Amino acid sequence: MAAGVFLDYVDPWINWDWLGSHVPLVLATLWQHVELTAVAVVAGLAIALPLGVIAHRSGSLRLAVLLVFGVFYTIPSLALFAALVPYTGLSGTTAEIPLIGYNVLILVRNVLVGLDEVPKDVLDAADGMGYRPRARLLRVELPLAMPSIFAGLRVAIVSTIGLVTITAIIGLGGLGALIYKGLIESFHTPLVVGLVLSIVLAVVADLAAAAAQRLAVPWARAA
Amino acid sequence: MSLLGLVWQWFMDPQHWQGSNGVPTRLVEHLHLSVESVLIGAVIALPIGIALGHYGKFGTVAINISNTGRAIPSFGLLVLAFQVFGLGDGPIILALTALAIPPMVTNSYVALREVDPDIKDAARGMGYRELAQVLRVELPLAVPLIMAGVRTSALQVVATATLAAFVAGGGLGRYIVDGYATQVYQEMVAGAILVAGLALATELVLAVLQRALVPRGLRLLKAPTTRRAAVFKVA
Repeated sequence: MAAGVFLDYVDPWINWDWLGSHVPLVLATLWQHVELTAVAVVAGLAIALPLGVIAHRSGSLRLAVLLVFGVFYTIPSLALFAALVPYTGLSGTTAEIPLIGYNVLILVRNVLVGLDEVPKDVLDAADGMGYRPRARLLRVELPLAMPSIFAGLRVAIVSTIGLVTITAIIGLGGLGALIYKGLIESFHTPLVVGLVLSIVLAVVADLAAAAAQRLAVPWARAA
Repeated sequence: MSLLGLVWQWFMDPQHWQGSNGVPTRLVEHLHLSVESVLIGAVIALPIGIALGHYGKFGTVAINISNTGRAIPSFGLLVLAFQVFGLGDGPIILALTALAIPPMVTNSYVALREVDPDIKDAARGMGYRELAQVLRVELPLAVPLIMAGVRTSALQVVATATLAAFVAGGGLGRYIVDGYATQVYQEMVAGAILVAGLALATELVLAVLQRALVPRGLRLLKAPTTRRAAVFKVA
């Protein structure tokens, strides 16, 4: 419904009537936004953790991983979506491949930094106490790398929430679908609702991740 | 014919290299939007970041402006600028400039903060006035991180300028948007390749510029010059 066709009608920033009658739509887009973000972040972490651990052991692999994902990260999301549509269609796969790839770079970098910063003395002590390599990794190195990994997670979560809105152009988008609706119908309300909720979601998710960090690694102060 | 063959044909067609919808025109439009936005953003952001970093004031604000900027959806910001200010380059440049500012403020703040206090003391002891100290001692040492912020901003502006095609703007994003709308997939994929190429070229050119701007003394120190204070991706 294009409200703009009535010449004397001024489109308010929020049309509360429209909002009141579209609560289910808003909630559905919000939920889709959370889902798309969660998949991208969880899958990104699932790839980045082992990749970071392996790359930490070999200098050449480290360079290769950072180079390949660095180039991928440089490519704008719209270009990747456009290149994937002919192959994977207007699907969640098309949306998730770029989002996951971006998160892998952010997280792998922070896994590497976290592992790099484990003091040599600590590793020597762990070896001296008889830790085997795998136990040392799981019980000494990774816990000490947690603050850095959490910092990466927070960046990944907030970035992804912003980028998800762009997937509106391939028929997804979560809250971006409201922004897109506002654009094609020249109607302020969905645009403002989509924009504001996307920012609120990013802030809330960031605070939640910070709280989770405080619970998981109480010895490190959240940045 | 395979899609890649059709894309190859698209690039080989002389029609696509001339006129108002030709690659050169669209590239110039894209660069015009991007360069103008980054320059305006730099004129606003760098003095603020440098001043805050030099005096060590409002550090939380300077650091958090990047976190806040990251949370703002670039697509929503473009559409908002379009709906408030209407058609044209002005609103697009306004939105792109807003996105360019945060990484440059944060990076230049951190860059000035990280200048060794001993070096600042030495500069004072040698009789540098405050302004001369900032311009001739602190800024040269801060170049790597400041330039990292400029690179981050420029890359995000180039990426977001692609989205300008959705609000009737020009630039290389036009091929993606038009190809998608008309289901001409070779045009869409060609646009994707051009946009990706421009982003990578931007990164390379600015990396070379950064190398040229870093003082020789710093380069000899082999200090890492690729570090970034703020990871920032909004498009």
